[in-house]
Amino acid sequence: MDFFDILISASFWTAAIRIASPLIFATLGELICERAGVLNLGIEGIMVAGAFAGWMAVYSGTGLWTGVAVAMAVGMLFGLVHSLLTVPFGLSQHVVGLGVTLLATSLTYYAYRLALPEVTSPPKIEAFQPFEIPILSDIPLIGPALFSQTPLTYLAFILVGVVALVLYRTPLGLALRAAGENPAAVAAQGLSVTAIRMGAVMVGSGLMAVGGAFLTMSAFDSFFFEMVNGRGWICIALVVFGAWKPGKALLGAILFAAFDALQIRIQQTPLGADIPYQVFLMMPYFLSILALIVMSRRAEVPAALMVPFNKGER
Amino acid sequence: MRLEPIARPTIWRSTLPPAIAIGATVVIASLLAMAAGGNPFSVLGLIIKGAFGSKFALLETLNRATPLIFTGLAVAVAFRARLWNIGAEAQLYAGALMTVVLGTGLLPWSGFALLPVLVIAAMLAGALVLLVPALLKVRFGVDEVVTTLLFNFIFLLFVSMLLEGPLKDPMGMGWPKSERLIAEARLPRIVDGLRLHWGFGLALIAAGVIWVIERRTTLGYEMRAVGLNREAAGFAGIPVNRVLVKTALLSGGLAALAGFSEVAGLKGNLTLDLSPGFGYTGIIVAMLALLNPLAVVAAALFVAGIFVGADSMSRAVGVPSYLADIMLATALLLMVVAILLTRFRVVRE
Repeated sequence: MDFFDILISASFWTAAIRIASPLIFATLGELICERAGVLNLGIEGIMVAGAFAGWMAVYSGTGLWTGVAVAMAVGMLFGLVHSLLTVPFGLSQHVVGLGVTLLATSLTYYAYRLALPEVTSPPKIEAFQPFEIPILSDIPLIGPALFSQTPLTYLAFILVGVVALVLYRTPLGLALRAAGENPAAVAAQGLSVTAIRMGAVMVGSGLMAVGGAFLTMSAFDSFFFEMVNGRGWICIALVVFGAWKPGKALLGAILFAAFDALQIRIQQTPLGADIPYQVFLMMPYFLSILALIVMSRRAEVPAALMVPFNKGER
Repeated sequence: MRLEPIARPTIWRSTLPPAIAIGATVVIASLLAMAAGGNPFSVLGLIIKGAFGSKFALLETLNRATPLIFTGLAVAVAFRARLWNIGAEAQLYAGALMTVVLGTGLLPWSGFALLPVLVIAAMLAGALVLLVPALLKVRFGVDEVVTTLLFNFIFLLFVSMLLEGPLKDPMGMGWPKSERLIAEARLPRIVDGLRLHWGFGLALIAAGVIWVIERRTTLGYEMRAVGLNREAAGFAGIPVNRVLVKTALLSGGLAALAGFSEVAGLKGNLTLDLSPGFGYTGIIVAMLALLNPLAVVAAALFVAGIFVGADSMSRAVGVPSYLADIMLATALLLMVVAILLTRFRVVRE
C-alpha cells in the first residue's frame, strides 16, 4: 500500500481517533492538575487503576457507564492521596507522584490477583460498541473517523470543549488558572488555594482513570498487565506540546495517535518488513521527546507549577 | 491548615512520626494480607523469615540488594543536586549491554585486565545514556523527568532489538538472549561456596566513594549547593549547568554498574528480564535513605529483604507477592510525610 493511500483511508483515521481517545482523557486530566500548579506523576499508575477498576466493575455485573463512574471514583481517590501530600503538606511533587504511580499499580495488580486467582488469560467483557451518528457518519473519510466511534470517544471530544469553557469562561476556571500562576493573588481574594488545587488534582486524576478505562472498556475488552505501557508519561509530554491549552492538547493527541496508527501500517508494508519492529515501537517515545524539545522554548509554563503555597509565608 | 517550622524539635518530635509511618505500613500490609485470606501475623513473620531467617535467605537478600545499592546511589546522587533521574532502568541496561558486548570474547584478556575495563566501559555507557537528557535540560530547558522516563522505554526496545539481532545467542534455541560471558569476565564469589559475588563488595565500595565525594570534595559541595538553591548557587559563582552534567555522568555511571554486576556476577548473560524494575525501586531506596549514600546500603537491604521475603511468603501461603510493592509505596509516601512532621508543626487556622 502506498504511503498516500494510507493517509486517505478511512480505517487509518478511525484507528487514529481511537488511539487518541485515552490520551485525550488523560492529557486533559494532567492539564487541569498542572494549570492549578500541581505536576501529577501519578498519571501512569492512576491509568492502570482506572483500566482495572472500570473493567472489573463491568465484569462483576454493573453497566458500562457505572464502570466508567467507578474508574473515575478510583482515580479521584488516588488524586486525593496525591493532592493531600503535595498541596497542604507541600511535599515534592516528583516523589509523591512516583509513589502514587507505584501504589496504584501495585494495588491494582494485587487486587487483580485476588479477584481472579486462577485464570491464565483474563476474561472478556461486553465492551462499548461503535455508535454511528446518523447522517454525519455517512460523510466520506470524516464520517467513519469521527462519527462511527464508541460513546467514550465522543465523551472525550465533548470534554475538551467543556474543559476549555470552564477554564476560560467561568470564575472557577479563572481561580484555577490563577492558582497555577499567582496563588498569593488567589489567597488575597479570600479563596482557598489549597481547596482549588486539591479539587483540580482530584478531578484531573478522575479523568486520567477514565483514560485508562477506555483501554479496557472501549479499545479492548480485557485487562492485561503492562497495558498502559507509558501512555501516562506520553500524556505529560502532550500537555507541554499543547502549551497547557485544551484545544492544542487535543490536536497534539490526534497528531500523535495518527503517527502511531501510521507506524503500525508501515510495519506491514514491504519496506517496514526490513526494519526491526522495535524501531517502530520506539517512535512514539522519540516523537514525545522531540515535541518537548521543540515546544520547550516557547511554551508558557504555569508560573507556579511545582511551587507549593503556604499561606502566611513572606 | 498551614505548616510552621519548629525551632528546636524534641526527641519525640524527631522519632515518633517515622515510627508511626512504619507502624502504619505494617498495619496496612496486614489488612491487605487478611483480604487475601492470610493470617497477618504469619504473613509478616514469613516475610521476615524469608528475607533474613536462614543463611540461604540472607544471601539471597544480599544478592538482591546489590543492584538496588547501585541504583539507589544513582538516584541519591542525582536527587541531591535536584536532577530528577527517573531513568536508572535505562542506564542499568546500558551497563549490562556494554558488559555483554565486550565480555563475550571480544576482549580475550585475563580477569585482572578485563574486569576493570568492563567496569569503566559499563559506567561510560550509562553516563552517556543520562548525558542526553541532561544536555537537553541545560541546553533547551526540557524537563528531565519525562525524557528520562521515556528513555527507559526506548532503551528497553533497543536492547530487545539487539537481542533479536546482532547480539542474539545462536545457540539460544531462538530465545532473545545474549551469549554467555567468558569465564574471565565473571565476577568471582567473595567467599568460596557462598552464593555471593563481588558485585556486592563493589556496591559497598561505591557507597563509600560517593560518601567521600559528597562530603569531602568540591564537586560534592557544588552538587549540594545546586540542589539546595540553583539560583543562589549560580549567583555564588558555581557553574550550575556544568555541575548538573557532572552529576548526570556520575549518576548514570552508578546505575550502569547495577547492570554490570547483575550480568557479570549473577546471570552471566543479558535477557530482557534482567531487571524487574531495579531502576525504579532505586528511587524508593534513595528516598528511604534520605539521599545519604551510606544509608542507601541499609535501605537497599531493607527493600531487598521485603522483596525476597514476600516472594518466599507468596510461595508458602499464596498471598500475591505484589504485597511487597504495596508495602514499599506506602512506606515511601508515609515516610516523606513523617520526615516533614519532624521539622514542621501543622497549625489549624
